[in-house]
Amino acid sequence: MKIMVNGTPREVTATTLAEALAALGRDGETVATALNEEFVPVGARAATPIAPGDRIEIVAPRQGG
Amino acid sequence: MVSFYGTPVASRLMLGTAQYPSPKVLSEAFRRSGAGIATVSVRREAAAGEGADFWALVRKLGVRLLPNTAGCHSAREAVTTARMARELFSTDWIKLEVIGHADTLQPDPWGLVEAAAILCAEGFKVFPYTTEDLVLAERLLDAGCEVLMPWGAPIGTGLGLANRYGLRALRAQFPDVPLVVDAGLGRPSQAAEAMEMGYDAVLLNTAVAKADDPAAMAEGFARAVEAGRLGFEAGAMEPRDMAAPSTPLIGKAFLA
Repeated sequence: MKIMVNGTPREVTATTLAEALAALGRDGETVATALNEEFVPVGARAATPIAPGDRIEIVAPRQGG
Repeated sequence: MVSFYGTPVASRLMLGTAQYPSPKVLSEAFRRSGAGIATVSVRREAAAGEGADFWALVRKLGVRLLPNTAGCHSAREAVTTARMARELFSTDWIKLEVIGHADTLQPDPWGLVEAAAILCAEGFKVFPYTTEDLVLAERLLDAGCEVLMPWGAPIGTGLGLANRYGLRALRAQFPDVPLVVDAGLGRPSQAAEAMEMGYDAVLLNTAVAKADDPAAMAEGFARAVEAGRLGFEAGAMEPRDMAAPSTPLIGKAFLA
């Protein structure tokens, strides 16, 4: 199905957020996630279903002021 | 020693991690600054592995991390960013930014208070990036904040303390609240001035990162912060308009 990942359309085969991260090759990384602008803790990804058109944000530790 | 939310911190200089010419320069600047707190952010990765590299770098700094919600323009966005930051950096400390004006990056007072109340209720230790407004300060304290971080001047300007009266009034109004001048500092003398006014710490980034020699500037700021703090603790003399000779007149030879 087609979802938005960090603002870019992506085609993934997944039913949960955890599966989507794995399909994107981002599982196991130090990242935090949000689904449709709501934070999803790492422990809740496997139980969080995703649907076509969902917006996923994947963020990492970065420089800041 | 200054404490934030019950955690003592050895240095009164807080330093940002952005805009350095290289990771090596960043590390050297932190070493010479003696800073005990580093600000960081959460962002999308432009290339795979960027986050992991940076994460490895900041952990080696041996400083406490203060993630920010930089660039957020609504309370909702800032709250979601704070929640992501808490998980990523394993800390409940958050530098809360809710920006209300694009050109000045002035905080949105209403969004700031709204986000601060939500985050404090969730157990976050909120460090709000605010203005010197006394009423806003009171509202942030009511929301549960135990630290306030008023701007010296707009972020990245290097203008120093743009509203000395406002900053003095804030210090006088809240003598027992840890206050940090955050943003707008460009030179060590400006940091010293904030410390002489009785501010508990300063937070800066661009002034060090964009100096010709960031590591040397980091040390310059560290010394200025210490000098200013000593000046505050020592109690400065009152200025006066007319000269007053420092050398005693008594005993002067009559040579006229």
